[in-house]
Amino acid sequence: MTNTEIRSVRPEPAGPRKTRGPRQSREPSESTTSTTPASRSRGARLLAVLFLAPTVVGIVVFTVVPIVGSIALSLFQWDVIEDPRWAGAANYREILTDSTVLVSFRNTLVFMVLAVALQLLIALALAIAVNGRMPMWLRSVFRSAFFFPLVLSAASLSVVMKYLFNQDFGPVNWLLGTVGIPSVPWLTSENGAMAAVVLAYVWQQFGFSFLLFVGGLNTIPKEVHEAASLDGASGPRKHLAITLPLLSPTLLVASVVGIINALQVFEQPYVLTAGGPGDSTRTVVMVIYETAFEQLRFGEASAVGVLLFALIMAVTALQFRLSRRYVHYQ
Amino acid sequence: MSTTSLTSPAASRVRHSLAPLTRIAGLTLCALLTLGPVIWTVSTSLRTPAESFDLPPRIIPGDATLDAYRGVFDQIDVWLYALNSTLVTALIAAGQMITAGLAGYAFARLEFRFKKPLFALVLATMMVPLQVTMVPVFLELKEIGLTDTLLGLIVPAFPTAFGTFLMRQYFLGMPKDLGEAAMIDGAGPWRVFRSVYAPLAAPGLAIVGVLAFNYHWNEFFRPLILETSTENLTLPLGLVSLQGNLGTGSISVVLAGVVLSMLPAVAVFVVGQRPLREGITSAGVNR
Repeated sequence: MTNTEIRSVRPEPAGPRKTRGPRQSREPSESTTSTTPASRSRGARLLAVLFLAPTVVGIVVFTVVPIVGSIALSLFQWDVIEDPRWAGAANYREILTDSTVLVSFRNTLVFMVLAVALQLLIALALAIAVNGRMPMWLRSVFRSAFFFPLVLSAASLSVVMKYLFNQDFGPVNWLLGTVGIPSVPWLTSENGAMAAVVLAYVWQQFGFSFLLFVGGLNTIPKEVHEAASLDGASGPRKHLAITLPLLSPTLLVASVVGIINALQVFEQPYVLTAGGPGDSTRTVVMVIYETAFEQLRFGEASAVGVLLFALIMAVTALQFRLSRRYVHYQ
Repeated sequence: MSTTSLTSPAASRVRHSLAPLTRIAGLTLCALLTLGPVIWTVSTSLRTPAESFDLPPRIIPGDATLDAYRGVFDQIDVWLYALNSTLVTALIAAGQMITAGLAGYAFARLEFRFKKPLFALVLATMMVPLQVTMVPVFLELKEIGLTDTLLGLIVPAFPTAFGTFLMRQYFLGMPKDLGEAAMIDGAGPWRVFRSVYAPLAAPGLAIVGVLAFNYHWNEFFRPLILETSTENLTLPLGLVSLQGNLGTGSISVVLAGVVLSMLPAVAVFVVGQRPLREGITSAGVNR
């Protein structure tokens, strides 16, 4: 399913692909290979094994085994020093009654909703605006500007943001002051800190959705808009009635990727607020990091990880299910 | 790009003649807001400590000085961290280009058993968040003695599900006839790959390489967990530690460090903008 989603965003690399009838279908099923000489296919099979080995072995060792390991580990109590002790569901019981863990899940969900909504809105508005009539060079200047923060390090930028959001000397409050907004306690109040983390994250990330939308808008034929203009549709109406439905596959990808990424937020709260004030910006990944690598409680950390994984799966599945109703494929 | 359509009525042309100007003005404002923090960082890094908190922030510092940059080199071993970052990033990028190129070709053009389930497995791992696997990966690396080494950072990053997927799409986009012609001329499967398809894959491999470079140069979470000795830190970690060491008045030094760490990323952005954009546009589930 990810397969078709991604392909819908960007057409496959251009290039003359000559299909010579149905026999040449890209995924030869069943016995089409029986026509090739045995020697050739034996060589090809050997080559396939050699070519796949690094990737498949790597994925098994560094992803598949660790997933199983995480689930297993979540059922044990282990601090590395002593031998692991069977804990059954005790770790889960513990984390589900731990207020810090529960708050971190709430924070992460609040963060996700705010960050993804803001990111998609900004990216969509900018992509539509950039797609309008303007000289080529100007378009590429805007495109580069909006995706520039994406190439920088989230950790370094969070260091910068810490100064920008300083209540007394920070340029953000100064800028707000010039339009008459009184100073905001960004990093020292609970709501301010969450807002700062969201803004810092969205500022760095919106370029990602922006690029997806620019790509998606390019696949909409110009004639569709022209026809709508002839019928007397206004700008906003054209976008609501035509652009959005035609862009819905891209919107789906952008929101799925946006949500998966947002649920894993770490650098911004870690550097910007260290989870505070109180636990107000402590996220699930921060809790996993602290539990495992600061307190050496590997079992509990794994249990939190498994819950996060389940949450990501559930949200993604829900999204694909809901999307059946409103995503239109051309 | 979009030219005035000949069929559009004159009325709508008049109505739209003002709109582009406001739209472009709005976009310019947004672009300035987007680049603002970066511009502020560069200009503040060039200010004297006394001027560093000036408000309104002066874009052109009164008397520009490189003192802050000297300060960075005094306080942390920039050269060592830059070397570590370069080594890790370059090796991961090279490794990913090789593994993704080979696996992508196998999935696109070779026949073997379990092809579909194996490909499904690769795709599925794109969905697995790093944090879920990190604890067991850490324990695995500890078992083989690779924690707190650069190698421990490099090797697990070699297999790339997204890169493999991207390269498969790339090879699928190439005409099949080329390989068939070579086979009729007596080339074996290896020759077909090496002499016909591999050279054509360069642009796709560039996308994989640039994406890997960008992602791993900026990586923070894995190095934070794996590297504990000062001599194994990478630049992003060194920087955050720089901020912790300070505690004094001057922010110029910290920001100078940020600027230094950005330079290679900016260079990649300038040189590799197209591959980067294409890689991200084709949905970088990777990050």
